[in-house]
Amino acid sequence: MNPPTFTATPLVRRKLRQERLARAVLAGMVLAMVLPLAAIIAYLVVQGAPLISWSFLTQNPSNGMRAGGIWSALVGTIYLVVIALLVSAPVGVLCAVYLNEYARENWFTRLIHLAVVNLAGVPSIVHALFGLGAFVLFAGIGRSILAAALTLAIMTLPVVIASTKEALAAVPMSFREACWNVGASRWQTIWKVVLPNSISGILTGVILQVSRTAGETAPIMFTGAVFLKKIHDDTLFPYALTDQCMALSMHLYTVTTQVTNAPEALPYAIAVVLLGAVLLVNAAAILLRGLLRSRKKW
Amino acid sequence: MADLDPNRPDRSPAADADRPSPPNAPTSRHLNPPPPAPLAPSITARALNLWYAGFQALHDVTVDIQHGLITSLIGPSGCGKTTLLRCLNRVNERYGYVTTRGEIRILGKNIYDPDVSLIELRKSVGMVFQRPNPLPISVYENVVFGLRIHKERAELTRANLDEAVEKALTEVGLWNDLKDRLGQKATGLQLEQQQKLCIARLLPLKPQVILMDEPCSALDVEGTRAIEELMFALKGHYTILIVTHNMAQARRVSDECIFMLMGKIIEHRRTEELFLNPRHPKTAEYIEGRYG
Repeated sequence: MNPPTFTATPLVRRKLRQERLARAVLAGMVLAMVLPLAAIIAYLVVQGAPLISWSFLTQNPSNGMRAGGIWSALVGTIYLVVIALLVSAPVGVLCAVYLNEYARENWFTRLIHLAVVNLAGVPSIVHALFGLGAFVLFAGIGRSILAAALTLAIMTLPVVIASTKEALAAVPMSFREACWNVGASRWQTIWKVVLPNSISGILTGVILQVSRTAGETAPIMFTGAVFLKKIHDDTLFPYALTDQCMALSMHLYTVTTQVTNAPEALPYAIAVVLLGAVLLVNAAAILLRGLLRSRKKW
Repeated sequence: MADLDPNRPDRSPAADADRPSPPNAPTSRHLNPPPPAPLAPSITARALNLWYAGFQALHDVTVDIQHGLITSLIGPSGCGKTTLLRCLNRVNERYGYVTTRGEIRILGKNIYDPDVSLIELRKSVGMVFQRPNPLPISVYENVVFGLRIHKERAELTRANLDEAVEKALTEVGLWNDLKDRLGQKATGLQLEQQQKLCIARLLPLKPQVILMDEPCSALDVEGTRAIEELMFALKGHYTILIVTHNMAQARRVSDECIFMLMGKIIEHRRTEELFLNPRHPKTAEYIEGRYG
């Protein structure tokens, strides 16, 4: 018998070719995702750069939205995002905790899971109509920040529930068993073990909804956003909850489609600010997540 | 007979219960004196039947488990050992739809009575798992976890907690190794230490019964030996039930042994007798390794 040579046989060479191919294709997919993103952002920044300045951020639009800044839209977006998240995050997270930790597996809970998954896929315009019917008309809130934020909250709720459930399900069963077997109640188990070990996953799900809330136009179009509203640029809380407001996404839509002779850089500048605002909120939430993760108990 | 402990002369269960403290447990000096020798068994099950949805996992289980002894449960996979174990602190009910008929008395009290609080029951009947499951917090917090759950905040002074940690860790033989790194995350310990810690986590609650579900199957030979020595040390203070697939281990550690098959108890006798002189042919076949 010949001594082993350890050289590649044709079969091995074929496997190596497959390996190189797989690697190239997978890396190509990553590029196909990253390059357009980088291109979009670069294009927006380059096109919008001439207009972006501190006064662009802090002045109201003027001259039929052709001049001035975007202060009232920026503040409106912040209002909508914060209020929507203040509603959808606690409700969604607690709802998911109940579904994952308390509810027994039966036809009713399966129905609820199905409903949650399906609601997450409903187009935002449908949520808009629901918000118009339920909050603006039926509840009598009228077109306002509150109605718009609630509509956005309803839109994000199913996704928050679904992502929170994933995060909770990722907590190892053995942690729960350890708790049960020293006589911890379900709530003690959740509070002391399940939530601390899933909080970063939960926050990740919530963070992703920030961008969605800030970017959606349809749900707020009928429920509280307006074309033009000037606000005082020197107060901290210029809007009341019952006011209508401007929002960046809506403003972008208006400027590109309804306003003639607007400066060419304006829509790009608005888009950059919208991106920047979302990035800022995300960064803050990620910092918070890091903080929670590093602390011993939570 | 070779692997039986030479320090343990052949004796009846009653004589065993009279013994103040196990001779091969030097660490037990700083423990509380064992409770007075009881006349009744610690756990009695009567006509216990259990169903998971449509599947009956336990058939008419009737058994007396002696106080302060180590009783092992052996039998092939799926024979109901773990199910029986989980009945004893009713943690079964957390895993899904379970129907239970019959009664289990622990120190005389039927744990299926409506006035039984599961929280108090599980405080007294703790469980140790196959895979050590320390919580991802510090060693210290793992040991006092039960106290934090069960005691009023006012009772949880630093001094009380420190004392409980030292006592529990000493009892399981971890104090000298870990006293300087109580703040370390428990999930970073060696497996054997993790398992000891899981036992230590039960002790501050002063349990009556400790249930062990294959406590050594994730451990190496040294770790197994350490846990078995710990079981000897704890014997007398706690009634210990151990599920094991390792028949040599059942022989080494247990005073009594229960052989189960298809949800029924086939044979329950003193360990030496069951292994040397099984009455039931199925037991004989199993311990000879003809099926498993």
